[in-house]
Amino acid sequence: MSSTSGRPSSRSAFVALSVAIFKGFLRDKGAVFFALVFPLMFLVLFGGIFSDQDQSKVDLIQVGDVALVDDLPEGAAEAFADTFEVTTSDDLADALEQVRKGDADVAIEQRGDELVAHYTQTEQVKSAITQGTLRAFVDATNVAQLAAQTGEQPAYSFEAVSVEDDSLTAIQFVTPGLLGWAVAMSASFGAAATLQGWRQSKLLRRLQLSPVSTSTMVGARVAVTIAVALIQMAIFLGLGSVAFGLTLSGSWWMAIPTLVVGTLCFMAIGLLAGAIAKTTEGAVNMANFFVLPMAFLSGSFFPLDAAPAWLRAFSNVLPLKHLNEAMLDVMVRGEGPSAALVPIAVLAAFAIVVTAVAARLFRWDTA
Amino acid sequence: MAAIEVLDLTKTYGELQAVDAVSLEVAEGEFVGILGPNGAGKTTLLEMVEGLRRPDAGTATVLGLPVWPRNADLLPRMGVQLQASAFFERLTAREQLHTFASLYAVPSATADEWLERVGLDDKAGTRVEDLSGGQAQRLSIACALVHDPDVVFLDEPTAALDPQARRNLWDLLSGLNNSGRTVVLTTHYMDEAEVLCDRVAIMDSGRILQVDSPAALIRRLDAPARITVAPGAVGLEEARGIAAVDDVQESVDGVVLTTRDPAHVVARLAERDQLDGVRVQTGTLEDVFLDLTGREYRA
Ligand SMILES: Nc1ncnc2c1ncn2[C@@H]1O[C@H](COP(=O)(O)OP(=O)(O)OP(=O)(O)O)[C@@H](O)[C@H]1O
Ligand SMILES: [Mg+2]
Repeated sequence: MSSTSGRPSSRSAFVALSVAIFKGFLRDKGAVFFALVFPLMFLVLFGGIFSDQDQSKVDLIQVGDVALVDDLPEGAAEAFADTFEVTTSDDLADALEQVRKGDADVAIEQRGDELVAHYTQTEQVKSAITQGTLRAFVDATNVAQLAAQTGEQPAYSFEAVSVEDDSLTAIQFVTPGLLGWAVAMSASFGAAATLQGWRQSKLLRRLQLSPVSTSTMVGARVAVTIAVALIQMAIFLGLGSVAFGLTLSGSWWMAIPTLVVGTLCFMAIGLLAGAIAKTTEGAVNMANFFVLPMAFLSGSFFPLDAAPAWLRAFSNVLPLKHLNEAMLDVMVRGEGPSAALVPIAVLAAFAIVVTAVAARLFRWDTA
Repeated sequence: MAAIEVLDLTKTYGELQAVDAVSLEVAEGEFVGILGPNGAGKTTLLEMVEGLRRPDAGTATVLGLPVWPRNADLLPRMGVQLQASAFFERLTAREQLHTFASLYAVPSATADEWLERVGLDDKAGTRVEDLSGGQAQRLSIACALVHDPDVVFLDEPTAALDPQARRNLWDLLSGLNNSGRTVVLTTHYMDEAEVLCDRVAIMDSGRILQVDSPAALIRRLDAPARITVAPGAVGLEEARGIAAVDDVQESVDGVVLTTRDPAHVVARLAERDQLDGVRVQTGTLEDVFLDLTGREYRA
């Protein structure tokens, strides 16, 4: 008596498992919604609303004499005029009232050597743009003055100012953060639901009786989750650039390894949720309970620049913060590839620690 | 060589002795059934023999190879249908079977043949969640057999099946067995065990009480036969007068004569032309089962 089937290559088993899991994902309306549709809705919302705002200039009230604005060199004055609609006033109180009411976006005054900008926090994106742009102008002017004093060529030209300005448009801010959130959701929900689902459906026991190794099974699950993350990235970047004028900076490709490690990290969080919870729904809710507040506190929806210092300090213990920062750095802030290395290491460390905790808490039998 | 050798397998859950030092040998090409009330330990025993559960004590070998720890060389030669069906979520019946086939490096064409063999070709495009209980059961059996294993373990394979599907599965399993495969199944259907099995093991409270061919078990029970004739076909007193008749009862069905020598009693009735509507019931496997395991409910 002989067996017609041999021991299969683990590669064909890996492919078959990955295909099965991927099809299962595509047919899971809830999973697809949370992985793609839901975050894309936010992207369209944020990108759409704020890109309209970007087209209108920032209304700036100049109170009294502001040397920075008055003395801007040629090129910079143009860039400044492109960004700001300047009106002048001598009444600071009136200017502030206008800003408060939303008639103007920012009021600036000069106190000695200090440029003071008054703006309202309710317009997150505009205030961020204002803040960033003004800071850039100040920096540039300082550099120019320094250069004039020392007689050296300025290190930064004023073109750099306008590039900096472009990269501050809303879509540039929101795409990396929302992508980070989307990946965090789908990786953690996927891992949580799979763990519970396989445990409850006994599929894992059945697979133990097939000649497929555990590492092949886990590998297939991880591969599918990473593939989904990369698809999310492609869709986000595609839609962002086509519809909302997203422009990526030089080392954006470094976002790919960052995202892969981030995916592993959030799979680990999903595993933890799956290990703690007793049901599939419970596991997904638990993962959401971890991820949603984390998204708020990690700057996925709005920049943390304006947040209190303690909150910014706290956000450093959140893996999503590091994922978001790394992606912002390499995708839109024009930082070099090395900017992502430390966040990648942090994410990897999170992944290892959380997986170890999940493994300790996990029980195969639901008792 | 024995296809399966089980020696003193034991499994305890807390206080509960789920399987208690069970030994069993199954020859190659043999068809063995395990019968027992709910909670007798059939599934636990089977899963230990499959290598899915670690025994507390004892050993099990299949095709001469130890089943624990997990042996990836042995697994392709075993086909297992677990008591609870386990499928990949949201795949269709065909995709399900193709996936399992790929895990064993079996071509898709073979998988499609199996879909037909278990009568699911109509349901090929239906997702597993939308299959009926019996259809899911048949798919699970196809997944267990798609790689043409030498030794087949089936845990209550006919539990949810309609009579047609049950008979078809019997044919399928007999066919497998006739081509030399070793089959072990658990069932609660005595007729199934009687029709299919070369030997039957009757299990209760973690122990195997008896193992033998169904015919030998029934013979050993030595249960009296019951002969029923139409009402009024024979007078009660007259019936009591026939030699070898132990007891006579009248029921709505007719007159029931209990005897240990049915051949003699039927011959006497025939001489007097009193065989109107005759039915003869000898001991069944069910009698053996109830005799061995009692009639109380099991936990
Ligand atoms: N994982 C477990 N933990 C604790 N007890 C268990 C476990 N699995 C089985 N048991 C107990 O072991 C005993 C035997 O269970 P088993 O599933 O082997 O019975 P069975 O003969 O297959 O019953 P059925 O005919 O209902 O399928 C039962 O009393 C059951 O409650
Ligand atoms: Mg059972």
